[in-house]
Amino acid sequence: MKPSVNMLIAGTQLWARKRQSFIAMLGVLFGIAMFIFMISFMKGVNNYIQDTMLASIPDIHIYNDIRTDYASSVTGDWLRNDPAKMIVVHHPRPEKVRLNLKNADAIISDLRQQSEVNVVSPLLSTQVFFNYGSVQLNGILDGVNIIEEARLFGLHDRMMTGRPEDLLTTDKGILLGQGLADKLNVRRGDLVTLATPEGTSMRFRVVGTFAFGLSTVDNTKAYVSLSGVQQLLAKNHDYITDIRIKLRNINNAKGLAIFFGKRYGYKAEDWESTNPSIKTGNLIRDTLTWVVSLTLLTVAGFGIYNIMNMVIASKMKDIAILKAQGFDGRDIRTIFLSQSLVIGVLGAGLGLLLGFLLSYGLSKVPFPQTEFTFMKFFPVVFESRYYFFGAGFGILTTFLAGVLPARKAARVDPVTILRG
Amino acid sequence: MKETILEVAHLNKSFPGPEPFHVLKDISLSVQKGEFITIIGKSGCGKSTLLYLLSTLDTAYEGTITINGTRVTGLKEHDLAKFRNEHIGFVFQFHFLLPEFTVLQNIMIPAMKLGQLSREAIEYNAMEKLTQMGIRDIALKPSGKLSGGQQQRVAIARALINNPGIIMADEPTGNLDSANTQVIFNIFQELSRQGNTILAVTHDRDFAGRSDRIIEMMDGRITNTHGVPVT
Repeated sequence: MKPSVNMLIAGTQLWARKRQSFIAMLGVLFGIAMFIFMISFMKGVNNYIQDTMLASIPDIHIYNDIRTDYASSVTGDWLRNDPAKMIVVHHPRPEKVRLNLKNADAIISDLRQQSEVNVVSPLLSTQVFFNYGSVQLNGILDGVNIIEEARLFGLHDRMMTGRPEDLLTTDKGILLGQGLADKLNVRRGDLVTLATPEGTSMRFRVVGTFAFGLSTVDNTKAYVSLSGVQQLLAKNHDYITDIRIKLRNINNAKGLAIFFGKRYGYKAEDWESTNPSIKTGNLIRDTLTWVVSLTLLTVAGFGIYNIMNMVIASKMKDIAILKAQGFDGRDIRTIFLSQSLVIGVLGAGLGLLLGFLLSYGLSKVPFPQTEFTFMKFFPVVFESRYYFFGAGFGILTTFLAGVLPARKAARVDPVTILRG
Repeated sequence: MKETILEVAHLNKSFPGPEPFHVLKDISLSVQKGEFITIIGKSGCGKSTLLYLLSTLDTAYEGTITINGTRVTGLKEHDLAKFRNEHIGFVFQFHFLLPEFTVLQNIMIPAMKLGQLSREAIEYNAMEKLTQMGIRDIALKPSGKLSGGQQQRVAIARALINNPGIIMADEPTGNLDSANTQVIFNIFQELSRQGNTILAVTHDRDFAGRSDRIIEMMDGRITNTHGVPVT
C-alpha cells in the first residue's frame, strides 16, 4: 500500500530538512536515554542499599519487649480491699524481668511448620567486653545456631576468614566482625576473653571473621554458639531472647509480623518498622530520579515545539499553496503533527537503545573496592516497564509539543500569504 | 449553447479596521463555460480581492457565489477545500511550487489529494500536461531549481491536473520577463482554444487583449466590459 498524500508530503518535508529533524530528534533521544539510564541506576542503588541494610536485619524479629505492669504495687497489696483509699506511686522503676521467650522451643517448631517461613534462627544476645591484651572493647555477642544463622544472613558469602561451620567443630569458638578483629588485632586461632556486665568472663578461640559492609555490625558483633552465651550468662539451655525469621517473600513481612505477634504473645517486628529509613531513602531517590527525568523529557518537548514553530513559520507559503489546492485545515494539521510524531517515535526508539547501552556499560564498570563493599560493578537494574514508560512519555511529549504548532499551521489564512 | 459556470450576485466586501474600507461594491458577474475573461484595473481597485473571493479561499463577504452549479457561499472549510481541489485550478503571480518536491510530484499532488485515479494514471496525466507545456524533460528536477518561466509553466500544469471547471490566475505574468510572458500568453490562449474556462487578473493590457472578455474595475466596481461573451 502506498502512503497517503498527506504522509508523502510530511515525509518529504521532514527528509528535506534532515539536519533540523535530526537535531530535534536528538533532544528526545537524550531525554529518554538519560531517563532510562538514571532510573536503571537509581533502582540499582535502591536495591543495593536495601540488600545491604537488610543483610543484617531479619524479615521478622520476635522478642520479649520490656513491659512492667504498674497496676499493682507492694503498697497496693498491703492496703488491699480498702476502696476508700487511693494509692499513687510516684515514678516507679521497671522491675527486673526475664527477657527470654518462655516457650521458645514450641514457637520455633510451630514457625517451622508455617509455609511462608524460610529460615528460623533463635538468638540469645548480650553485651560483652572483648579483652585481648590490654585492649577492652564494647560489643555484642550473639549466641546462635550457626547453621540457621548462616542461612538467615548468607554468612557464607560474608566470611573474610574461616567458615561458619568452624564454630561447631571448635570448642568455644568465636566468629568476630572484621572491624572488631582488626581493632583487637586478633587472627584466626587467637584467644579472646569476653566479660559480661554481670562480671562473668570466658575465653573463646577465634575461628573466623566476617564483614557485612556495615561498620555498626562489623565493629561490634561476634557470634558464638547458643550454649556459649547461655553458659556465659549462667542460663539454662532453653533460655532464648529472640527469634529471627526469613520469609519466602519479604513483602509479606508486615502482615505476618502482626499475625505472629498475636499468635505467640510476643512483640513481632517486621523489617520495615525496624528500619523506616530504607523506605524513606528509596522514596527520596525515586522522587529525585523521576523529577530529573521528566524535566529532561519536558525540555526535549520544548525543543520540538520550538523547531516545529520555526518550521511552520518558514512553511507558510507551502501551507497556503496546499490550502489553495484543496487541502483543508485537518490535512495541514495531520502533515505537521505526523512530522513531530516521527521525530518523537524515532527519538524514543533510539533513546531507549542509547539508554540501554549506557546502563549496560555502567553495569560493567568496576565499583571502587573498599574493605566493606561487596559490589563488583555499579548496580544497575534492567526492567522493561521503565522502557515502556520512557517510550510512552517521550511520544506523548512530542505529540503535545507538536499539537500547538500544527494547529497554528492549520489556521493559516492562505489569502494573506498568496497576495504577498 | 450557453452554460454558466460561475455566477456572482451582489458581492460586497469590507476590510474591517478603525476606518472600514469598502473594497468591493455590489459586484455581479457571470462567466460562461469556455470563456477566457481577464479582469483589469489599477492596483487597489479590488480585482485581486474579487479573485480570491471567487476562488473560495476568502469567505468573509456578503452576496452569493455559485460555481459549476454549486452554491459555495456558506460552505464549511472542509467542503470548500474539497470543492477547490476538484473544480478550481490556480495559477499565482509568484510561482509557488513546493520546493522539496520534483516537478512531477508538484503536479501530481492535487490529483493524489482528489484520489480518483491510481498513482500510475496520475503520473501519466501529469506527464501529458508537462508535454502540453513543452517541459517534459524537466519532470524529475527538483522544483526549486527551475527558472521563473519554467516554474510558471509547471504551476499551470498543476492547475490543470484535475481538469478543473475553471482556471483562475492572479497576475500570471506579473513576475516574468517579456519572453516568458509571451510563452505564458500563448499557453493561456491555447488553453482557451481547447475549451477551458479561464478567469485571470492582470494589469497587462496585451494579455487582456487576447481574452474573450475584459472586465475593467475601479474603486471596487465593474466600470466597463469589453468583448462579447462566447456563445
